[in-house]
Amino acid sequence: MSAAAKSVWLHGGVITLLFALQFVLPAYHHGNLARIMVLAVYAMGYNMLFGYTGLLSLGHALFFAAGMYGLGLTIAFLDFAPSPALLSGIISALIVSAVVGFLALRTTGVAFMIVTLMFAQAGFLTILLFGEYTRGDEGFVIQQPERVLAGIDLTTPGNRYFAALILFSVCLIITARVVQTPFGKVLIAIRENEDRARMLGYDVLRHKLIAVIISGTMSGAAGAAYALLFGYVGASFAAVQYSIFPLLWVLLGGAGTTIGPLVGTIFMFYLIDLSSGLTSAYMLIAGVTLVLLTLFARQGLVGELRKRALPWLP
Amino acid sequence: MDLGPYLLLASLEGAVAAAVLALTAVGLSLVFGVMRVVNVAHGEFFMLGAVLAWWFASLVAGHPAFGFVLALICAPLIAAVIAAAADYFVLKRLNYDPEATIVATIGLLYIIQQTVLMTYGPDARPVEAPFNARIYLPWFGYSTYKFFVIGAAIVLLIGVWIMLTKTRIGLVLRASQLDSEMALAFGIKVDQVYAMVFGLGAGLAAMAAVLVVPIQQAHYLMGGDPLLLSFIVVIIGGLGSIAGTVVAAILIGMSDGIISVFFSPTLAKIIATLLVAFVLIFRPTGLFGKRSI
Amino acid sequence: MAALNLLTTKGLSRNFGGLWAVHNVDFELPEGQVRALIGPNGAGKSTFVGLLCGRIPASSGSVQFDGRDVTALPAHKRIALGMAYTFQITSIFAKLSLWENVALAVRRKHHGDANAVEGGVKAALSRVGLADRADQLAGDLSYGHQRLLEIAMGLGQQPRLLILDEPTQGLAESEVDDFKKLVRNLAGETTVLLIEHNMDVVMDTADMITVLNFGEVLAEETPETIRDNSAVQAAYLGTG
Ligand SMILES: Nc1ncnc2c1ncn2[C@@H]1O[C@H](COP(=O)(O)OP(=O)(O)OP(=O)(O)O)[C@@H](O)[C@H]1O
Ligand SMILES: [Mg+2]
Repeated sequence: MSAAAKSVWLHGGVITLLFALQFVLPAYHHGNLARIMVLAVYAMGYNMLFGYTGLLSLGHALFFAAGMYGLGLTIAFLDFAPSPALLSGIISALIVSAVVGFLALRTTGVAFMIVTLMFAQAGFLTILLFGEYTRGDEGFVIQQPERVLAGIDLTTPGNRYFAALILFSVCLIITARVVQTPFGKVLIAIRENEDRARMLGYDVLRHKLIAVIISGTMSGAAGAAYALLFGYVGASFAAVQYSIFPLLWVLLGGAGTTIGPLVGTIFMFYLIDLSSGLTSAYMLIAGVTLVLLTLFARQGLVGELRKRALPWLP
Repeated sequence: MDLGPYLLLASLEGAVAAAVLALTAVGLSLVFGVMRVVNVAHGEFFMLGAVLAWWFASLVAGHPAFGFVLALICAPLIAAVIAAAADYFVLKRLNYDPEATIVATIGLLYIIQQTVLMTYGPDARPVEAPFNARIYLPWFGYSTYKFFVIGAAIVLLIGVWIMLTKTRIGLVLRASQLDSEMALAFGIKVDQVYAMVFGLGAGLAAMAAVLVVPIQQAHYLMGGDPLLLSFIVVIIGGLGSIAGTVVAAILIGMSDGIISVFFSPTLAKIIATLLVAFVLIFRPTGLFGKRSI
Repeated sequence: MAALNLLTTKGLSRNFGGLWAVHNVDFELPEGQVRALIGPNGAGKSTFVGLLCGRIPASSGSVQFDGRDVTALPAHKRIALGMAYTFQITSIFAKLSLWENVALAVRRKHHGDANAVEGGVKAALSRVGLADRADQLAGDLSYGHQRLLEIAMGLGQQPRLLILDEPTQGLAESEVDDFKKLVRNLAGETTVLLIEHNMDVVMDTADMITVLNFGEVLAEETPETIRDNSAVQAAYLGTG
């Protein structure tokens, strides 16, 4: 079987499985999985930059929040209908990521990490500064009538699951497709050896900028969808923690693999879900996982699987 | 009220902030300078110092000065030991790979912070100052303890400076900073030096926190601000340059005190974070330094 | 005739903290020639070719390629104009297959045409004798084979000017012989600028030899006459 055929089977299989699960899962896990799929879109966006281009950002919460507030604020203050609001969220993330990418890509390595961290922090603080409109940490709720997209009421669990699945599938297919294209191969080349890629005649900076924009826009789409599906917009989604989460999910699932972000998000979601029943200090799990991953499993779950058993995994 | 006394008060508060900040930032700068490690958990060692200070103070009955002195000695030591262990068991095993170390110190940040949350709890708790007499200036009274903080920070910084420039340890540190392989070739145990430096950096942050905790309460989330401010100071002062770090700490500490009298603290923080970002983008060696990240 | 020169430099210089690694080099390379660039260690050979392809920015002077001033162009644009560069210190994509390594080199020209890419990769790998290893990871190759892969990546770009920085370093003797044949075959197809310490290779492949010493051009001769140049002997050949 060719690489392309395997890719179709794998990703088709994942989507089919997720589709089938909605009929068998109990309500609690059904709701969780809808949430996980949206968060996995965020992780896939992050993976495009970190996993495939080799750029470690500590500020993706800014893009997630750009999508979320781009949707939430236009609904709250401009009376946008859900579909234009969704578009506004995605475009906000696109613009923010283009600006951040343009500036931050003048740096590399550790400086890039700190610059993205600082931009995201400035964004978070800006949300707090304009608390009059954003309601700051407390956030605001998007009411049921404003969550009917093209006649489909996204407040019912079934519709919500289905909407999350569609978004997830679109982003998974985009990711799987991009990494097979010549453009995606150049991103991987940049990750592996930037100097070499440049000396093969590729415009490294341009490729990186496009990667930041794809990554940021996908993250923003997740943020907008999260607000629309779960009806809440709040500053905590712009805080440092939400920049660390996608890093954690992608590291755990396997950076530079197409299905790693989903796998990592599922595992981490349930780890935190289980532990938050025991303690309020659930972020301890996140900390321990980060340290263990850097020490013992840099490839993550799917990455290890690829290394040991299935070298063809995209 | 007149602007004069207002500014005097702001400058006094600024000087206290600068003193604490200088200690904290020198710790971060030292770690970066010698090990090239960006320690994102630095603020948590600060927090650990404050929380431990509360714990020691609560252990000792009698005059608050006993507990304070005990805390001043023991809290930085404990923080240093924890940091050295983290270096030995985690960072060293990552071969100080820059990206991996940052990710690991982020993990460390949450481990320390959340462990404190589980044990010490979510409350903010005060520690009584060892002495509390007030000096009466013509316009307002001012705590002598705050003057002590400024003095203690100056003494400690001079101590660090003497250690770095006048002792054998300092020589070893500078050799490791210049070229770790060369240092290794001359029989310097770089492993031990690194563990010591990481411990020292954390210890300085903890020390700063012990000094500040009678003014500001101990809380498990208090590490964020000192981390951000230390970052700003270290980046503006020039990475790894101790003198630049102290100058920048005074600059930032003083102006932070004065700015927050006039602006909202949130706006001040936004300006500060953007400043760090833009300095790194357009002047990667810092405003005074020579090396870049 | 200027039009026949593929590459020309005028007063090209590069200073590293007070040291002139390359100083005032005027250099002309006619189209189709195989030119060897020799000189003792630290003479500035790598720096010079780095200036040509834009890896290292020039302190002063200019570079003309194919009748066009490229001094201000970034590296990737110069490469896109038809230069190809192989690194002195092997630089490959260690975690990717040989096929993908070369495909990255081939693809920039044949964007989107899968068949052309397939053909180009096969051709380039065959020319260096690595066709049967196409599916291996580049990082698993021996050092000598990695050098050959590096050359294949240069060939895959079908460049107008192929710059090779000490390509035979670390090759076995039989591989060096194959390399000589390869370069002779290339003559006529493309222009080659070859940095080489192995005088045997230089004498067998080069049409002309440029000798660099302390960043300056010491001599420019044919292989036949160079042995009689006493300055060159003193600076370089005398030592070997
Ligand atoms: N990035 C740099 N910074 C400082 N000095 C440099 C740098 N690159 C090269 N040099 C110096 O410039 C001079 C020329 O170096 P270059 O690598 O061009 O020599 P070379 O002729 O290629 O030598 P070799 O035969 O050893 O490859 C040397 O003295 C070298 O130390
Ligand atoms: Mg060289």
